[in-house]
Amino acid sequence: MATDKQTKIRTKTHDGVTDVLVLVSHPMETGLRTDPKTKEKVPPHFIQKMSFFLNGKEVVSTDLSTAVSKDPLIGIKLKGAKPGAKLKVTWSDNKGESGSEETTIN
Amino acid sequence: MTQHPRRTFLRNTLATAVLVAAGGTGLFSPPRALAAEWPKDAFTAKKLDEAISALFGSSATSPSASIKLKAPAQAENSAQVQIQVTAELPDVEAIAVFVEKNPSPLVAHASFSGAEGYFSARMKMAQTSDVYAVVKSGGKLYTAKQNIKVTVGGCGG
Repeated sequence: MATDKQTKIRTKTHDGVTDVLVLVSHPMETGLRTDPKTKEKVPPHFIQKMSFFLNGKEVVSTDLSTAVSKDPLIGIKLKGAKPGAKLKVTWSDNKGESGSEETTIN
Repeated sequence: MTQHPRRTFLRNTLATAVLVAAGGTGLFSPPRALAAEWPKDAFTAKKLDEAISALFGSSATSPSASIKLKAPAQAENSAQVQIQVTAELPDVEAIAVFVEKNPSPLVAHASFSGAEGYFSARMKMAQTSDVYAVVKSGGKLYTAKQNIKVTVGGCGG
């Protein structure tokens, strides 16, 4: 499903190790919070899966929960990723929304 | 004999309808299959041991000094606690982060195939608690823990 939520990737390579940081603008509702206006519980809405693909091969697969902060900032490290390699990040949440972003490691 | 084509037509229409219905469910099944991979039992477990065994199939862990858990000793904002886990172990298969006193302890789980044993995220904490990093390496589970104080009101207590 299409999404209005932005996904951003930042990479930095230092001594052969690439730091990857992914930021998704996502509310990450826990389902425990009460809306201050309507006094009703806000239903849970959070990212469940996030996967990292390097040149099409899945290198990291993460399962996230409601305990991950709003606008999740997830970091991983890759070793020996060559400049110019394609890094793709995909995510999907409990409401079936998903997003992806692709970048080139520099 | 003129009824024959009509019957065939009806039969075909019905068959098509069934096919379309089956195709419809087929279309919706891939996302469901993906969601099923998300370890729901582990994320809904209320106790630390239960969450670890639901995720890894065993709660037998041993402490390891090779796991670096970088987190603040005191969290000023309990909704944004930065944690970094670095596992200096061979063949890191997975890293999971647990907050013992959260309503459901499991925060996140990452499995690796070809990346460094490192995971960082920001997480929410309900109250002051021990935070555990559980690392699966060579089929065994290793842990590191740290206590993070959550100050209510954010006045640095």
